[in-house]
Amino acid sequence: MDFGDSPDESAFRIRLRAWLGDNNPGLPASSTDDEYWAGMAAWHRSLYDAGFFAMSWPIEIGGQGRSTVFEVIVDEELAAAGAPPRPSLGYLVQGILAHGSEEVRRRFLPGIVNGRARWCQGFSEPDAGSDLAALRTRADRQGDEFVISGQKIWTSYSDEAEWCLLLARTDHEVARHRGISAFAVPMRQPGIEQRPLRMINGVTKEFGEVHFTGARVPAANMIGEPGEGWALAMTVVSHEREPGELGYVARYAKLVNDLSRRVRSDPAAFGSEQIRELGWAIVEVEMLRRHVQRRLSDRLNGIEHGPQGSVDKLLMTWVEQAVGHAALDIGGRGHGGGDDTWLHAYLYSRAQSVMGGTSQIQRNLVARRILGLPASS
Amino acid sequence: MDVRLSPEQEALRDSAAQIVDKLGPKAVGQLDDPARKARLNTAVDESGWRELRVATGPGMPLASGVEPAIVAEELGRGLADVSFLGPTLAAELRRLAGAPPGPAGETVGLDTGLGALVGTGEPAASPMVAIDAHGCHHALFLVPDAGGSRLARIALGSARSGLDLTRPSAVVHSRAASTLVEGSARLLRADDLSRWTALGLALTCADLAGTMRGAVALATAYAKERTQYGVAIGSFQAVQHMLADAFTAMEGARSIARHAAWAVDALPASEALAAAAAAKAYSARAGRDVCEAVIQVHGGVGNTWECLAHVYLRRALLSSDICGDARVNLDRVLAHHGVGGDDGLR
Repeated sequence: MDFGDSPDESAFRIRLRAWLGDNNPGLPASSTDDEYWAGMAAWHRSLYDAGFFAMSWPIEIGGQGRSTVFEVIVDEELAAAGAPPRPSLGYLVQGILAHGSEEVRRRFLPGIVNGRARWCQGFSEPDAGSDLAALRTRADRQGDEFVISGQKIWTSYSDEAEWCLLLARTDHEVARHRGISAFAVPMRQPGIEQRPLRMINGVTKEFGEVHFTGARVPAANMIGEPGEGWALAMTVVSHEREPGELGYVARYAKLVNDLSRRVRSDPAAFGSEQIRELGWAIVEVEMLRRHVQRRLSDRLNGIEHGPQGSVDKLLMTWVEQAVGHAALDIGGRGHGGGDDTWLHAYLYSRAQSVMGGTSQIQRNLVARRILGLPASS
Repeated sequence: MDVRLSPEQEALRDSAAQIVDKLGPKAVGQLDDPARKARLNTAVDESGWRELRVATGPGMPLASGVEPAIVAEELGRGLADVSFLGPTLAAELRRLAGAPPGPAGETVGLDTGLGALVGTGEPAASPMVAIDAHGCHHALFLVPDAGGSRLARIALGSARSGLDLTRPSAVVHSRAASTLVEGSARLLRADDLSRWTALGLALTCADLAGTMRGAVALATAYAKERTQYGVAIGSFQAVQHMLADAFTAMEGARSIARHAAWAVDALPASEALAAAAAAKAYSARAGRDVCEAVIQVHGGVGNTWECLAHVYLRRALLSSDICGDARVNLDRVLAHHGVGGDDGLR
């Protein structure tokens, strides 16, 4: 067991640190205003082009083919530099890697990885949230194409995206989990209409509604076999729940570092209860950092797509919301026209126990699939 | 970086688990079985675990902080009613002071809050608590000297007490009969005590992680067999969610405790102490929450003496207090981040 750097890891860390000194775009750590996502797209390309993104993904898809340890180093150095986190799209990559054909992987993954193609994820629907298998969006075969009709919701960055990883029903005769297929749908076409949703912190660029009315997708864009959509979705969400895949430790570390700096600059302005709230946030972030190191080290034995992601998701949620409380206490609420960035970070933290599967769903999964408790009657 | 256990560390964990599963108490009634207890004590004696922090030639310990932490986690999981923490911390004190290894049966003496070694600032007349004193007959503590501290040693009486039914303490009311430990090569200084405290915190965090694991396993098994309304209570989401939260908090505690154990020797003393303090703040809070949930899952039974749930809670509470509780360690974390108030600078 060794939490320290090997010589190779240390050399990489030094190179990254030097690069960050010149290339930190100085974005906020969370989606607290509409500039964030425009900035993140450029940050993705810049990080990738310098060789500091996709460290552990296969070389064939544009990754660096190194061990997962390098992802940890990237997260740590981004946090130490106060740089934005790495783009959170590993779950898409893992889903397409695990289920896509050789051709599909070669065609779509390099663009996702290098940041030249923007993607969104069309899973949830107004009547299929936690009960995802109830989804009703349909894809009907017409010659070499499928025709899509239905509605998706909570689709992050759908208006920025060129592609959507879409789940749609292709078979209405079989059990509901088995009639779902996955597609790479081009977003810039007639028959797709977007409506942004305003989040509780005022951000309008993140959440979207997408209406499909006769949009078309070539049959060759199906990812996996017909009916494999549910399995692909489960692979995707299992990694969407992993802070190690998302790179969120850097996000939380930047937030607590910024809050600590605020206290140090004016210690007399804060009471002991506020400081303790910050202390717990620091402890939670430290826990998550070590947990991610443990989970990514376990991946040296080979990647698993299992229920452990639900444990990670619950831990990550507790961390984000503890940091959110510290932001509310230390950062302030923007009374009297003050800076409301921290208020927005707090409000954004409330989504963490919902996105990627609610905390209640995660608890069901931990109870059933890890603890082996019996099904609810 | 590769924080997986090495094959040797996995083997150590497996052998500790085997001994604890075979000889540890399986029910409250077995806590009073002297023959079982003696067999467990003999097995631990023969394992050499208590000597992991004894100095080798150049003063380095036989094993890093990771190995005793692996043992502590298994002992906590199985509620092992045998001394380990106390003798390990006594061996560490002797190592840091450059003193020869002590005889078997030596533990350490803490202040009555269990936050620190005696000799680091408690009122002179206050009693001393020799922790983890089962099978121990002496305790080490500090005597301040110019520029540092010396190691002193005192014999323990036979009375044992305390909240943890598996690791009783001996209370020492007078330290008049103590003697200085012979053959110490140097005074113990602030960095030594930080290093020692980091080990104490790392081992109590590991014990807490194990205690949580054992407690969650106990409650999970109970939820599968106990029926109400004609079904297992473990099929109710209200119960499932309590156990899922407990399991998750336990996993977080294991992760942060693993880093603390590594940091004991791998980082500078102040960094090792900061890592251990963060782990302890997290683990102490989680330990109490998890063990309380475990009692709740057991319902009325969980509030009876005969149920092991309170034995886990008691063990967790003792581990929480040794070398500082959640509050003290949160202050250490804040001070390390430069955001501690006046009360945080310790």
